[in-house]
Amino acid sequence: MALPPEAAGHAAESSGLGGGAAAKPHARRDSVVIRFAGDSGDGMQLAGMQFTAESALAGNDIATLPDFPAEIRAPAGTIAGVSGFQLNFSSREVFTAGDEPNVLVAMNPAALKANLDDLPPNGVIIVDREAFSEANVKRAGYASNPLTDHSLDKFQVFQVDVTKLTTAALHSTGLNNRAVFRCRNMFVLGMLSWLFQRPIESTERWLEGRFKKTPELLNANLMALKAGFNYGDTTEMFASSYEVQPAKIVPGLYRNITGNAATALGFVAASVKCGLPLFLGSYPITPASDVLHELAAFKNFGVYTFQAEDEIAGVSSAIGAAFGGAIALTTTSGPGMNLKAEAIGLAVKTELPMVITDIQRAGPSTGMPTKPEQADLLMAMYGRHGESPIPIIAASTPADCFECAYEAVRLAVKYMTPVILLTDGQLANGAEPWLLPDVSKLAPIKVEFASNPDGFLPYKRDPETLSRPWAVPGTPGLEHRIGGLSSEDQTGNVSYSPANNELMVRTRARKITGIVREIPPTSIFGDVNGGELVVLGWGSTYGSVREAVKQLRDKGKSVSHIHLRYLNPLPADLGGQLRKFKKVMVAEMNMGQLLKLVRADYLIDAIGCNKIQGRPFKVNELINRISRSLEG
Amino acid sequence: MATALTRKDFVSDQEVRWCPGCGDYAILAQVQKIMPEFGIPRENVVFISGIGCSSRFPYYMNTYGFHTIHGRAPAIATGLKVTRPDLDVWVVTGDGDGLSIGGNHLIHALRRNIDLNILLFNNQIYGLTKGQYSPTSEVGKVTKSSPMGSVDFPFNPITIALGANATFVARSVDVEQKHLGDTLKRAHSHRGASFVEILQNCNIFNDGAFNDVTDKAIKADHQLVLEHGKPLIFGKNRDKGVRMSGNRPEVVTLGNGVTEADLIVHDETNLALAFMLGNLQAPLPTPIGVFYATSRPTYDAAMNAQMAEARAKQGEGNLADLLKRGDTWTVN
Repeated sequence: MALPPEAAGHAAESSGLGGGAAAKPHARRDSVVIRFAGDSGDGMQLAGMQFTAESALAGNDIATLPDFPAEIRAPAGTIAGVSGFQLNFSSREVFTAGDEPNVLVAMNPAALKANLDDLPPNGVIIVDREAFSEANVKRAGYASNPLTDHSLDKFQVFQVDVTKLTTAALHSTGLNNRAVFRCRNMFVLGMLSWLFQRPIESTERWLEGRFKKTPELLNANLMALKAGFNYGDTTEMFASSYEVQPAKIVPGLYRNITGNAATALGFVAASVKCGLPLFLGSYPITPASDVLHELAAFKNFGVYTFQAEDEIAGVSSAIGAAFGGAIALTTTSGPGMNLKAEAIGLAVKTELPMVITDIQRAGPSTGMPTKPEQADLLMAMYGRHGESPIPIIAASTPADCFECAYEAVRLAVKYMTPVILLTDGQLANGAEPWLLPDVSKLAPIKVEFASNPDGFLPYKRDPETLSRPWAVPGTPGLEHRIGGLSSEDQTGNVSYSPANNELMVRTRARKITGIVREIPPTSIFGDVNGGELVVLGWGSTYGSVREAVKQLRDKGKSVSHIHLRYLNPLPADLGGQLRKFKKVMVAEMNMGQLLKLVRADYLIDAIGCNKIQGRPFKVNELINRISRSLEG
Repeated sequence: MATALTRKDFVSDQEVRWCPGCGDYAILAQVQKIMPEFGIPRENVVFISGIGCSSRFPYYMNTYGFHTIHGRAPAIATGLKVTRPDLDVWVVTGDGDGLSIGGNHLIHALRRNIDLNILLFNNQIYGLTKGQYSPTSEVGKVTKSSPMGSVDFPFNPITIALGANATFVARSVDVEQKHLGDTLKRAHSHRGASFVEILQNCNIFNDGAFNDVTDKAIKADHQLVLEHGKPLIFGKNRDKGVRMSGNRPEVVTLGNGVTEADLIVHDETNLALAFMLGNLQAPLPTPIGVFYATSRPTYDAAMNAQMAEARAKQGEGNLADLLKRGDTWTVN
């Protein structure tokens, strides 16, 4: 078996053919991209996630990209039901889950068909031979069996009797066919674990936890895993296994984390830091529900999770909790953001702190619920009636979701304002190793409830931040009324005075623009004093843009990268930094939303680089686009 | 508390801006009057409302108050009550706010049994938007938005609340001051979501909608005051009653062999009876009082109990340990 050649000098290719069980050679690789694909019910996500955990423990840098259909169980064997999980593991720093897989594991013909276009020539395909029955081949839309009609000749195809081998391995368990069939993913995981020299102990531990209550299934899964591992070792099929050395990464304690898990932990950390209970009001929606699931398990941290009757009740209950003095959250995706808009406006007007997390997905309307997009930026900026500015923060990697969630809470309570946190489906479900932060070094979050009735007024502002006091019910002498009606400066009493209304609107706007003092100077990756072209990005495009810019710089091109965390307000120095470059290209997964803001705010003739396919940018797409721009 | 509070302590410094003659004044007066009797410090009382004439209510109460957005008061109150079970939380809503735009939140707050006091002012009209038919307006009602008469079949607030499995369901009338005060006190003493429909006259857009139960000359013959354990008797001369005829209620006159023993005896704990009474309509009388009262764990208490249980079992959360959960590895 041969993987596509790596960069010259790095690969030590084995030439062994069927080296036998005793001492098969290892071949070294810098990085490998594997895509697991099968029916939604084949357990490919689980196999992928466990392979990721094994790779992280082996010390590789990793990035993952799950890709699954919105249908939980589309008809078996159809293209619509194909679920995939892509993993890039490397001995170098990894920024993306990889443009194209080196290895495709296809559990059935539909999985092969749905993913084949992404595979480069000479790519490795591992299939379950028995799944390519006449019926399955037809169901996938193939006219003839691709395993026998030579259509796969430009690839390296390994046909493994996964089902038969798993069945044979589990013969002694007496389990029924269906239960045995469901262990196929562990056989495949074991086989790939051998092939890439991954330790399987972490998977064994994980299985022990998952099947604690069903020892017969635990036993079967462990047997399948080991059978797969041993099969890789003993079969004549694989000439060698591959070794991907540990990456050189910053020393410290790591764990593997998805964006949604990091978001949840960031909120818990903020709540612990300021010593206030956390309240999440949320309605289940893809791809945001996992934040609700994560937080629901943290009740001993004083975390309230309220599964509301709808999106509006999710945000409204959070507003009620904020009024009562809790760290209030709501989490959703695009369709839910639309529904929450009016209530968010109430939080703006009454100046109550909360964080609204929009885990963006491809729209419009229901769109592609499991696919990422960045098309909610302008909605976050402007999607409310009246003048209602809100700070916006966007996370750029799965682990960055922790810091961004934490920062969103810090700003919300300091400035007494709702804050919007933008992530997306790619960050939500993608994973990367996370260097665990030192809890004692997290930025302080100071909350002081108003308590002194002398001179108390609900809209008397802090002279620096312009935030109003947080006066919670239960505090004697501070009884007051707030509401959505226009209110008088200082007292908050209902007021229809024209001048007062303008004063209040402008004051709230000044409060938000004042947050610019919190934003660190813009850092430029590349030509810090300016150059030919800078790519400006935000959110989950970070990895692809950084990798593309890096590769172009390695070729001597004057290309730089600025990536934004703060989208409203924008950093004070951003305009000046962008003007240092002859060309500004804004890369985003929408039709040019940050582009519009940049052009409007700075009168810079920036150009767009856009993709609206529910898929992240490929590094090569960006390289081509940037290169064309440099030439023209 | 050092000194007992009085009605005046609950009157805010804001000028009341309902139309002169509005039924809301009487309800406000009654709420301000009974508040001191609860012995709860003002700072622990919160009034939350949505949008509409009734929803201006919090501005006039010298407690904590939140005038929110249309229909969402029960959801906002839920977030507050769940995180702050120490507070005495009231929701003030109307037939449009609570049953139209906010219908979903109302029924879910009721079925969850959040410990809230929910007052629904029913005037069968949209007042603040100047007189369109509401979800409780009768079929055929002529308004600006229904010039040929409304073709909308109305909701019945009592049976909606019962259908949502509310644990306390009552009805009173703006001008029946004593009855209203007693009903509100009963509602307040109930643990869980208390739902009180208050028939309220809009003298501008729907004047006299409830004349049959408010007009002194005729109300005794139309108003059936429900009292737990007592037979259903009404009428100027207390000589009419409601009894079952087969499985349907009917009005009978006492005497000529018909005695109190033949009448239905009200039982607040009987849900089927509550539904039947909730559905009474002319020529049968309009019941006021407590239709139904039962006890069920409240959502807020149950959730806080889970939090306490989690802390008892797992100990107070430790952030550093939490971050380290799962497989970790050290890079040197």
